[in-house]
Amino acid sequence: MSFLKIRNLSVVLRGTRHRLLRDVSLDVAATEVMGLVGESGAGKSMIGKAVLGILPRSAQVVSGTIEMDGVDLLSMDPRRRRALIGRQAALIPQDPLTALNPSRRIRPQITDRLVDILGWDRARANTRAEEILHEVHIAAPERVLGSYPHELSGGMRQRILIASAFAAEPRLIVADEPTTALDVTVQKQILKLIHEMQAQHGTALLFVTHDLGVVAKICQRLTVLYGGLVVEEADVRAFFRAPVHAYSRALLAATPRHSDPDADLTPVPEAVIAAVQDQVLAADRSWTHA
Amino acid sequence: MLDGRSLVKRTAGLRLWLSVAWLSLLVIGAVFAPLVAPQDPLMQDLFTARLPPFWMHGAEPGYWLGTDSLGRDVLSRILYGGRVALIVALLAGSATAIIGATLGLIAGFYRGWVDMVISRLVDIWMAFPPVLFSILLIAVLGTGLGSVILAIIVIDWTRFARVVRAEAMAQGAMDYVASAQVAGRGRFSTVLTEILPNVLPTITVLLTLEMGIAVIVEAILSFVNLSISTDDPTWGGMIAEGRVSIHQAWWVLVFPLIALFLTVLSFSQLGEGLKDRFDPVLQ
Amino acid sequence: MFLRRFLTRIATTLVTLFGVAVIVFVVIRVVPGDPIAMMLPPGATDADIARLQALYGLDKSIPQQFVIWLGGVLHGDFGTSITTRQPVLGLVLSRLPATLELSIMALVIAVVLGGLMALTGTRLRDTRTEGAIDVANGMALSVPDFLWGLVLILMFGVLWPVFSISGRVSPALVPQFHTDFFLFESVLRLRFDLWLDLVGHMLMPAVALAIPLAAIIGQLLKQSLKETMHLDYVTLARTKGYGENHVITHEALRNAILPTLTLIGVQFTFLIGGTVIIERLFSYEGLGNMAIDAVINRDLPLIQGIVLLFALLFTLVNLCVDLLYAVLNPRLRHA
Repeated sequence: MSFLKIRNLSVVLRGTRHRLLRDVSLDVAATEVMGLVGESGAGKSMIGKAVLGILPRSAQVVSGTIEMDGVDLLSMDPRRRRALIGRQAALIPQDPLTALNPSRRIRPQITDRLVDILGWDRARANTRAEEILHEVHIAAPERVLGSYPHELSGGMRQRILIASAFAAEPRLIVADEPTTALDVTVQKQILKLIHEMQAQHGTALLFVTHDLGVVAKICQRLTVLYGGLVVEEADVRAFFRAPVHAYSRALLAATPRHSDPDADLTPVPEAVIAAVQDQVLAADRSWTHA
Repeated sequence: MLDGRSLVKRTAGLRLWLSVAWLSLLVIGAVFAPLVAPQDPLMQDLFTARLPPFWMHGAEPGYWLGTDSLGRDVLSRILYGGRVALIVALLAGSATAIIGATLGLIAGFYRGWVDMVISRLVDIWMAFPPVLFSILLIAVLGTGLGSVILAIIVIDWTRFARVVRAEAMAQGAMDYVASAQVAGRGRFSTVLTEILPNVLPTITVLLTLEMGIAVIVEAILSFVNLSISTDDPTWGGMIAEGRVSIHQAWWVLVFPLIALFLTVLSFSQLGEGLKDRFDPVLQ
Repeated sequence: MFLRRFLTRIATTLVTLFGVAVIVFVVIRVVPGDPIAMMLPPGATDADIARLQALYGLDKSIPQQFVIWLGGVLHGDFGTSITTRQPVLGLVLSRLPATLELSIMALVIAVVLGGLMALTGTRLRDTRTEGAIDVANGMALSVPDFLWGLVLILMFGVLWPVFSISGRVSPALVPQFHTDFFLFESVLRLRFDLWLDLVGHMLMPAVALAIPLAAIIGQLLKQSLKETMHLDYVTLARTKGYGENHVITHEALRNAILPTLTLIGVQFTFLIGGTVIIERLFSYEGLGNMAIDAVINRDLPLIQGIVLLFALLFTLVNLCVDLLYAVLNPRLRHA
């Protein structure tokens, strides 16, 4: 049974009928890694935000359901929903430079959820913080915990954010392009770390990325999005062998292969884009009349 | 849905027009005070002392807003007091603007030791309590309209100098100023033709705000009896009298206070309105 | 680095204070009207005048007078008041506590009011309430403390007379305390009747002083809070299960407060400057009220002393805020 179950989720720009997500349905099983792929503006981050209840004010859910462990989040009282998400899910954010509060030390930024939301006592939370920093290969946890974010490197901060996400043993983690803001050299290590931690803790992972190469490395299944519409959902191995949708094929052709990085890349052909846009318009027509 | 931003925006135009309307009314009343004032503002008559305003029991026709403890007509005194307020606003405001802006331009464009001296002076000025400083200056200069205006200039030039200096520095760093200089224009002419026009909107906004401040300073000085001669009607002087007889005749305090309040508010709303007009992005 | 910043700051402060001393001295020596003549009975001889001039050092050259006067000031000798014939330092110090208590009370009121407006406005951002707060703030900002004082006198002194609008303490209750910090000492001595009476007298002038500052704090703090609310670490805190109130107070507030803090420093000096006229308006026996009396009586040494004390207070407040800023900002502290 899937841990996260999204059905017919539509999100509009507040006050308009312009849809940012178009009847999105997807499932993530417990311990499964699901990749969300698409170009910028495809709505992949929006899905992660909707799941975690952090949609910007300009976005509004108009229909659909999001079930986490069998509980419908959208029909819940907001306060209880927040607490539930805080206990069950976590976020690995995109930019480690802005995701840590500059005026708080690292320790409380890791332990606050454990103490306030999960109700642990402070000593246990502190032990846990040290333990989890060890797990993400930070050599001197005691020193790092007492530091302010600006005293640490970007890679170090991303490790801390990963540790912080896993600290409360959530059932689901949303990773929102967690390597995009990092140096290429650090990217690989961080990716490996997320993979390793996921495998160790058996957490379901919703991995948002624009990079099919990354998906091939760590995901079991993937969902391809275009214009807020799910274009294809597939098992990773099957997908890379033979993508079904024309847009997916074009996207794959536009992605550099690690085995042959110098091979010519074909940009997504205009005809394919026109076709997928037609599909988006058709979806909107049926929605408008619904 | 009516959100917060639009409430501020929607009333902005209305507030601006109300301000302009009040200030126009005030200017007309002040200019034509001898024609429109129902009574002689200086005429004392103990038989008509502390008459209430027209809607209250015991009011006398011709004394619309009542009389003070010496029987002088409150409305007439407000109209004549408006003259003093407006003269001070206009003269002190523009003189302060010219002097402060000039110093600011010089400091911001020429930099170097001139800037050092002017900036140090501004720092020193900031260490003075302005009200006390103005009272002290009046004590030194003697009372009178000229002294009030001079005191305002001496105290408030820093408001213009600070802002204009910063703007001139920012403008001076821009490409078009450099290109004007490369084209062989003199520094002085660069200041006049390239920089001054660009800081003029800022100066206009500050000037409008300064006029409101000048009105308040004059009121404060006449409140402590240090403005112009004590016989001439001033809003501050009326407020001082009203403060004493507040329990017997509240109207002596209330009406000049309303006039002062609206005038200060109008100047400041006007300044804010101009700022938004000049600045295309409503911050 | 930190030490050097600190020392430079102290040096500029000293230069400013010296400039203030020079200007005060120059302005006052230009005063027309001979204070000596005012002190003597009619029919005093030239010898009497000369003796008094010598007593106050008025017979020496201006630079000499300045050096003597400055030397005295540095030793804590501010001269003798011409009207009361008492040492200026003692007179000024006896009134300073009243003004300090009033200013600090006003500051506290301004911070609480402004902070509440900013927090409410941020919590209810993009609603009518925020719009109403903005309009009210704009009004409060445009009108200076003097006018708010008059409005308060009308409202709570006349229309609904619940607060006292005159004096510092009821005449029947004038305390015999060791210090002149009545408000503070009455708490220490558990004289709560006196404390309430003092607060009742101070509240209206303090609120008048606080209104413009509260508006400025409300406006600026709300603006920086709203900017902070979009940042990633705030969003991250939301996913941890925290509600909007907690996120505002625990994540955003601490970062948003720094720009507001520097502003409060400058504005607090304006507030202290405002006590001069507000004390007059409410007949509050503080330094400002004494200053206006001194000007009216042309009591030069007393005016000098008061203006210098105000200037010292202003520069000290600015210095403290700068240091506080450095202490509160972790980036500067470790730099």
